[in-house]
Amino acid sequence: MSDSSTNSVPTTAKVVVLGAGIVGNCVVGHLARLGWKDMVLIDKGPLPNPGGSTGHASNFIFPVDHNKEMALLGEQSANQYRDMDLSVDAGGIEVARTQERMDELQRRMTSAKAWGIEAHLLTPAEVKELVPFINEKVILGGFYCPTVSVVDSLETGTTMRKEAIETAGLQVFANTEVLDVLTDDTPRPNGRRKVTGVVTDKGTIEAEHVVIACGVWSNRIAYMADTYIPLVPAVHQMADVGPMDILAETNNEIGYPIVRDMDTFCYERQSSGSMEVGSYGHRAILHHPDEIPSNQEAALSPTEMPFTPDDFDDQMETAIELMDMLGEAEIKYAINGLLSLTPDGMPCLGEMPDVENLWSAAAVWVKEGPGMGQVVAEWMTYGNPRVIDSHGADIARFYDEEKSDAHIWARAEESFIKTYGIVHPAEQWAGERQLVQSPYRSRQEDLGAEFFQARVWERPQWYGSNADLVERYDLSEREVEWDNRWWSPITVGEHLNLRENCGMIDLSAFQIYELEGPGAVAFADYLAVNKVDVPVGRSVYTPWLTHDGGFHSDLTMMRLGEETVRIVTGVFDGGRDDFWIRKHMPNDGSVTFRNITKEISTLGLWGPNAPAVLGQLTDHDLSQDGSPYGSYLDATIAGVECKLFRISYVGDTGWEIYVPWDRATDVWDAVLEAGKDHGLRITGGGVYSLSGRIEKGYRLVGAELESEYNPVEAGLARPKVKAADFIGKEAYLAAREAGAEVQCVTLSVEDNTDSQGRKRYMQGGNEPILDMNGDRIIDSHGRASRVTTAGYAPSVGKMLLMGYVPNELAEPGTDLQVMYMNELYPCKVVGSGSAFDPEDTRLKG
Amino acid sequence: MKILVCVKRVPAPGAKINVTGDGMDVDSAHLGFTTSPHEECGVEGAIQLKEEHGGEVTVLTLGGGEAEEQLRYAASVGADHGVLVKTDGAPWDPQRTAAAIAEAIGDLETDDPFDLILFGNESADAGGFQVGIRVAHALGRPIVQGIKGIDVGDGSVTARREIDGGFEVYELPRPCVLGVKEGLNLPRYPTMKGRLASKKLEIQTVDGNADAGGMARVRLRRPAEQVSETIILGEGPEAASAVVDVLEELGVL
Repeated sequence: MSDSSTNSVPTTAKVVVLGAGIVGNCVVGHLARLGWKDMVLIDKGPLPNPGGSTGHASNFIFPVDHNKEMALLGEQSANQYRDMDLSVDAGGIEVARTQERMDELQRRMTSAKAWGIEAHLLTPAEVKELVPFINEKVILGGFYCPTVSVVDSLETGTTMRKEAIETAGLQVFANTEVLDVLTDDTPRPNGRRKVTGVVTDKGTIEAEHVVIACGVWSNRIAYMADTYIPLVPAVHQMADVGPMDILAETNNEIGYPIVRDMDTFCYERQSSGSMEVGSYGHRAILHHPDEIPSNQEAALSPTEMPFTPDDFDDQMETAIELMDMLGEAEIKYAINGLLSLTPDGMPCLGEMPDVENLWSAAAVWVKEGPGMGQVVAEWMTYGNPRVIDSHGADIARFYDEEKSDAHIWARAEESFIKTYGIVHPAEQWAGERQLVQSPYRSRQEDLGAEFFQARVWERPQWYGSNADLVERYDLSEREVEWDNRWWSPITVGEHLNLRENCGMIDLSAFQIYELEGPGAVAFADYLAVNKVDVPVGRSVYTPWLTHDGGFHSDLTMMRLGEETVRIVTGVFDGGRDDFWIRKHMPNDGSVTFRNITKEISTLGLWGPNAPAVLGQLTDHDLSQDGSPYGSYLDATIAGVECKLFRISYVGDTGWEIYVPWDRATDVWDAVLEAGKDHGLRITGGGVYSLSGRIEKGYRLVGAELESEYNPVEAGLARPKVKAADFIGKEAYLAAREAGAEVQCVTLSVEDNTDSQGRKRYMQGGNEPILDMNGDRIIDSHGRASRVTTAGYAPSVGKMLLMGYVPNELAEPGTDLQVMYMNELYPCKVVGSGSAFDPEDTRLKG
Repeated sequence: MKILVCVKRVPAPGAKINVTGDGMDVDSAHLGFTTSPHEECGVEGAIQLKEEHGGEVTVLTLGGGEAEEQLRYAASVGADHGVLVKTDGAPWDPQRTAAAIAEAIGDLETDDPFDLILFGNESADAGGFQVGIRVAHALGRPIVQGIKGIDVGDGSVTARREIDGGFEVYELPRPCVLGVKEGLNLPRYPTMKGRLASKKLEIQTVDGNADAGGMARVRLRRPAEQVSETIILGEGPEAASAVVDVLEELGVL
């Protein structure tokens, strides 16, 4: 293998990849497979082990994860390791010491079913059969995956790198340090800069693309380009203990299954005759990248930092409890190993939103290395990943407030202890709250708002001031604590009140943009599937597609003027949509782009009495003639100039009211006052985002709408396709031609009583939808039917689910099953439209 | 038998050591710390003697509070007692160090003297070669340095040290002092249980009392880096005969 470490680097390259750990190596390997040439790989350390996190990784893959991206990319990666013959299926067992954990193992079984991973629940005695040296008396049971694998990540990286050298002429420079990342900072209409190259201690390379795969150093490298990859190096302790005869006798690197002692935040993994004991149970120990020693300064390697024994003692005790033989074994090697933590626990992949052709491939574990290398390579090649929808890992997702060291560190400190924790799907962060505040915050606090955070924004999920609705509608808490967690019957009361009277909802977290200029409408049409070039005053609800015709976004666009288009999208998608606009907009000055999110606040007002309420505040004709569905009009409310947009995401008539931010509270107060005699209640996100939506079957980006599905399958294809070109048009036309083999449908749970006689409520966490034999339903693309949204529908009186099923199972009335917490519940297909008011009489009169 | 081992906390070897900006100290920012290697063997030697002859092992160190870590480490491999001669943590010259340690030993030896006191031949960082000798002199006991083998008999200690082609064998009456070297034994690693037990060690702390000696540090200076030459013998099985030639040259075959 060529190591050109004494030579100087080439002066130009098409791609420079920084970092030769598992990620960097897999990126170049996959780029080579996709036909890229003229590539350079650089690392400041030596090869094959440059001293990053890969070098000391525990190298095992537990395939079951509740998160879809992580589970599918983990499985993808595990298979890539297997294909290279650098993997052994050792099997793995997550043991439970508490009843709470036993419940979580049921959830694990459900996710295993969802992703099609073989898994079994074991009794303590059965665990002992597989792991004879375990003390079965301290455990209640185990979750066993025979396909947990142990991989050789160093060799894998080497193999991928060699492949790139041999097939694509990759040049490799070890022991070469990057000193700067160069950018062209000429101001451009899209607000983005452009990467132009890298400066190393062996010369400068002019490059078209630069990929940062620097592991724990990635943010420091990003700083060189005046941008951010939000991550922090964090310690995870591990000790090598041994030798022990029972392990040595296997004559194998790994002969016994790996044990994850989840409740004590530890794992025990055999390593030949010794046991590697790893811990995620200590205090969060974070390091600034500048604190990481160089290869020369480090006694072992930069990411194998000196062990702090005090932090490991508790875990040592509990490990001995579980495996007594560890007590007498010698501690031969122990480190504070470094890995990367991000604010939300997901990796950072994709193109930097503010720097063209600068790519992030960071905060990736060995477990997903090959798969995520492929994601980034495909992103570079096709403009979007193909192997899996990666919106959760997309580096464009972050808002500015999430990029500061203070925020990253605070979140890392809070999240570290959750690495093996039991995390509820709706769990809220304790710290770093109210990073961005809506204008109504103090009023909301006075009304007892239960704030749920949406990235950096806060949206009240329900209001304590509506507690009386629980009695009014005879509602109750849910029986099982897990289902009741981060939920309140108040939200059901708010829903019923909205459908009976009306409700006002704070939608300030909407991300609002404006495109202006002679090219604005044409550009807007290029982004969108549906026609944006509509008469002034009208709006369009439309998907934006990826180049492959899958969903990137789903939002509203409003023709505000001849040359002005307003775009309104959801808070979870703002970062990616902002980036998408900037990436594709023309730079000839014909379009300007403004993010006006903090200039405009949105209030939603819906319900049968909404017209009566609003009618008190404006003389405008609010009938279906004066204010037709899908249109907006200018009106003065309480002396404030607003826009009233006749649209509804909750299935009742009403408006989104766009209010200037600095006058927002005037409108809030006026509407609440006007609504006093019409049963108006302030209403939370539990209705807007969930119960109202699911009753209407409205699809949501990141749930039903992902890049793996197209509008035909989602039931959002219009009868005609506009003539104008748009991103993904070719793929979309092909999809229309081919027709869909699956449909997005709503299902009702016919009986949500579990085996203990308790009513259960699905969380919308990818629960598998199964046929009447209990088998997974998989389409020809390998996509399994699963729950994309789940919510209790108060006006329908049932638990509703949404998901994709094959056409032959999509007929209304079809019987299917859903698995929740490892039990099966019967459900029926309602259809691909609305479960509630299917004719939309409430909306359109 | 009552054995005392004196140890020093030093930066873990194997890392490139940086010097602080003013040149007065080692930059400990990236460093891990450990017991100086000769002394680690001393602790192991003492524990082996205890296992053979019965008795107790006390470990003593002079330094700041962080040096307790080295005492606990010794306890985790079998030492019974730990004594910290507490200083401000700054590096002390050998005279001052020896004077403080000798005084502390005097206070510890209330009934009987330690049968055997072990020092490392020299510390891995300062390399003074003096402290053991000065302490033995202050206590009026015999000392031999460079020891790589120890046997204990009735009332005496036999100690061996390497010379070209053989050993020098010394017999010392008890109580005596030895300066030991790496190679004395292969130190055991602590077990997990040993580590947990070490947390219960009650460390006796005494104030380090001594005047500065005659030697003062002017500054530290990194020597010029010696660029070593790497000769690639070959690749794969073809390199085998070249490797054998080198091994023959080294005399290991």
